[in-house]
Amino acid sequence: MPLLDTQADDAFVQFERVQKSYDGETLVVKDLNLTLPKGEFLTMLGPSGSGKTTCLMMLAGFESATHGEIRLKGQPINNIPPHKRGIGMVFQNYALFPHMSVAENLSFPLEVRKMGKSEREEKIRRALDMVQMGDFGGRRPAQLSGGQQQRIALARALVFEPELVLMDEPLGALDKQLRETLQFEITRLAHDLGITVVYVTHDQTEALTMSDRVAVFDDGRIQQLAPPDELYEAPQNSFVAQFIGENNTLDGTVSQLSGDKCIVQLDSGEEIDALPVNVSNVGDRTLVSIRPERVEIDPDLGPDSHTLDAEVLEFIYMGDVFRTRLRVAGRDDFIVKTRNRADQVRLSPGQKVKLGWLPQDCRALDP
Amino acid sequence: MTDSATGPDQFTGATPDNALRDADRAAGPVLAADGRPLKQSLSRALRAQKLRALGLISPLLLFILITFILPIADMLFRSVENQIVSETLPRTVLALEDWEGEGTPDEVVFRALAADLVIAAEQKLHTRLGSRLNYETTGLSSLFRKTGRDVDEIGEVYLDQFEALDPAWEEPGTWVALMAAPDWIEAQADWAAQAEADRDFDSPEPRFRLDPAAGEAFPVAAPLYQRFAEVIQVENEDSPTEEEPWPIVYQALYEDLIAGHGEGVAGEAGRLIAAARDAVPGFETASAREGFLEIDEDWGNPEVWGTIQSFSDPYTAGYFLSSIDLQLTPNGVEKQPEDQQIYILLFQRTLFMSLVIMGSCVLLGYPIAFLLSNLPLRTSNLLLILVLLPFWTSLLVRTSAWKVLLQQQGVINDVLVWIGLVADNNRLELINNQTGTIIAMTHILLPFMILPLYSVMKTIPPYYVRAAKSLGATPFTAFWRVYFPQSVPGIGAGCILVFILSIGYYITPELVGGTTGTFISNRIAYHISQSLNWGLAAALGSILLAVVLVLYYIYDKIVGIDNVSLG
Repeated sequence: MPLLDTQADDAFVQFERVQKSYDGETLVVKDLNLTLPKGEFLTMLGPSGSGKTTCLMMLAGFESATHGEIRLKGQPINNIPPHKRGIGMVFQNYALFPHMSVAENLSFPLEVRKMGKSEREEKIRRALDMVQMGDFGGRRPAQLSGGQQQRIALARALVFEPELVLMDEPLGALDKQLRETLQFEITRLAHDLGITVVYVTHDQTEALTMSDRVAVFDDGRIQQLAPPDELYEAPQNSFVAQFIGENNTLDGTVSQLSGDKCIVQLDSGEEIDALPVNVSNVGDRTLVSIRPERVEIDPDLGPDSHTLDAEVLEFIYMGDVFRTRLRVAGRDDFIVKTRNRADQVRLSPGQKVKLGWLPQDCRALDP
Repeated sequence: MTDSATGPDQFTGATPDNALRDADRAAGPVLAADGRPLKQSLSRALRAQKLRALGLISPLLLFILITFILPIADMLFRSVENQIVSETLPRTVLALEDWEGEGTPDEVVFRALAADLVIAAEQKLHTRLGSRLNYETTGLSSLFRKTGRDVDEIGEVYLDQFEALDPAWEEPGTWVALMAAPDWIEAQADWAAQAEADRDFDSPEPRFRLDPAAGEAFPVAAPLYQRFAEVIQVENEDSPTEEEPWPIVYQALYEDLIAGHGEGVAGEAGRLIAAARDAVPGFETASAREGFLEIDEDWGNPEVWGTIQSFSDPYTAGYFLSSIDLQLTPNGVEKQPEDQQIYILLFQRTLFMSLVIMGSCVLLGYPIAFLLSNLPLRTSNLLLILVLLPFWTSLLVRTSAWKVLLQQQGVINDVLVWIGLVADNNRLELINNQTGTIIAMTHILLPFMILPLYSVMKTIPPYYVRAAKSLGATPFTAFWRVYFPQSVPGIGAGCILVFILSIGYYITPELVGGTTGTFISNRIAYHISQSLNWGLAAALGSILLAVVLVLYYIYDKIVGIDNVSLG
């Protein structure tokens, strides 16, 4: 896994062998290495407790690294207190100061930077316009809806023009529609302003739609760091494969291995074609992963390809797609998604079919 | 792009609220299904609920009414109530109305006083009146006590002369025949016969009734005799038929006769009266004034009369004036003599010291509450128990402990001497003065500051300070501009609690305050339990109440009572 690219000259933010422990017994963050170029939108994605928020807090300066070095623009910042780092931050619960008006909230970072009154007003006006909240300067945060509060929080994090902005699940408390609108706005702002963003979320859709690159966290480590498409299509390990998107998994043993192709014998005895990702020897246990939309029903893939016998258990009409649950190789949870096309056959429960796929769509991963 | 779904109220456009408003405007009140106005139906539906709620709180309401509202009302009433003077000395008060305050009053006033005091002495009310007036002018208590003993002698001259004229005047029956209504005489005779016949007969004698004719014939003597009869019957459970009237009644009779009254009396009594009428011009006279001056020459002192006159109204501002070091004199409101001015000083001291105690509680309590609210729950609960620990110890024990610690030969002084901060012959006076009161009361009231502060700080999430720091604020700025303003409600609640508790505190200042560290409440307690001047105590208490309410109002105006939170 080529995660360590410390030699990059354009490193804007850099974690180098960073470890963090709260209690001296367990490591919450284990040996983190991460480099961000300037202007990148990086998302830290992972289940709760995976260490992603801790990483963000270390970068912001609210937690100290137990070991390792964090650098910003090449300068180590481990010992710089948070208020001197000049990093903007957006919190999940907005953290707008309840006793100040919206304009006062925005004015706060400028006042502590001893900025003149007219300059402050100009910047506040621009920041509010940027998030389409120009008329709300006199309101109190409590008088705003959740979405409006988050816009203000965003404006406040941007008003002092930081080069790096951290966002800690900023949309977590909003409803779906609002979340989608704001996702779009945040990415637009980030690209327009050319700022570097580190975004923490546990929502994979959010991560896939917003980011330049996604770092998938689990168990205190980055499992994969890749652009969204690569992450989805080419997961490096079974955790990533299962965490991102919907996924069918089958357990088996590698029976033939030749270059970019291998044959896996499933535990049920059947054989399938797969792309070896992290298997290296014949006889290795493996978990193969196939996306539901890459499975073909009654395929015509050529003579030497393998197919699996399957029985339809359930057919669900979902509008744009059909979702079929089948019994395959002794498991009842194999899902196939087919597009709702005019000529698409609608399967019915009990029907027996054959399933197949292109070898490159079926990834043989670590067990 | 605006998110109208969650935006603020929009006053135009179709929202449920606006639909209601429009309906309201168009069709008047909204009607329920049965045609009644909706509001009426709603309040009907809620009535049972309200009644049940009222039922639930009514025991507490009753308890508060009886133990809190009524005592306060009673206190407010007592602080102005002054009926004792006009009730005990009704004639004197009336006669004294025209007195100008110069020299001693007329003979008429003295005669009225004699009548009042004889009656009062018989009912043993004169000492109470004396104590009451003694609050205003010292010496009046003993004057009334002494006069009450000897006031019988006034009018004795007339009694002697009437009896010398005709021994029949010695007979109670003579007076009864002269004054009583005929039907009463009959009723009394019946009653006497019945009492004679039956030993177990114990219904009281019928109440004396004055003959209206006698009332006309003897305008002075008759009412007095009637009062005599009442007092004899009620106070002494005796009968006017068996008691010779007071000498003062004979004097009244003399006054009536010398003034030409007493005509038209029939029978045996008429004969006696006629004889007396002929004789009175030759009677030796005695002035009531002389009689009083003989009993005590203070009765010649205009100040005594001035006090009686000033406090003759049934309601008086005198207690309140005393509470602010003023006094009511015949010449209007004046300052108390310099050496008796203590209350304003005491009020000032109470307010000042309460403020100091409040301030030190904030200074000591804020960091502790801050620490408590930022610690993990387990630790903070443990520390909170330590904060609450003093509540489990008796207040007296804690205060006494401070006596041990703070006295000149006490622990703290010993330690200071031992480390050499203080010379042995120059030990600090830490107790029996203001310092002692402030130290001990700060300690006792500290939990009342910490608890509201803690509960408010507990609700301030840590991310506000983080946000402030991430925006570039130094830790101090983040605290001062973001954390502190949000903790103000807790400070407000704590300050109100501590200040109001300390302004009325009693035990601790009493024990460790000495003379300079006592509060107004100690003075109130003194008047309640020792000088028994409840009126003054009530007035001081009312002022204290008013001060607290005024401060509360000011506080509301400045800080806003909505900003007070107990968590």
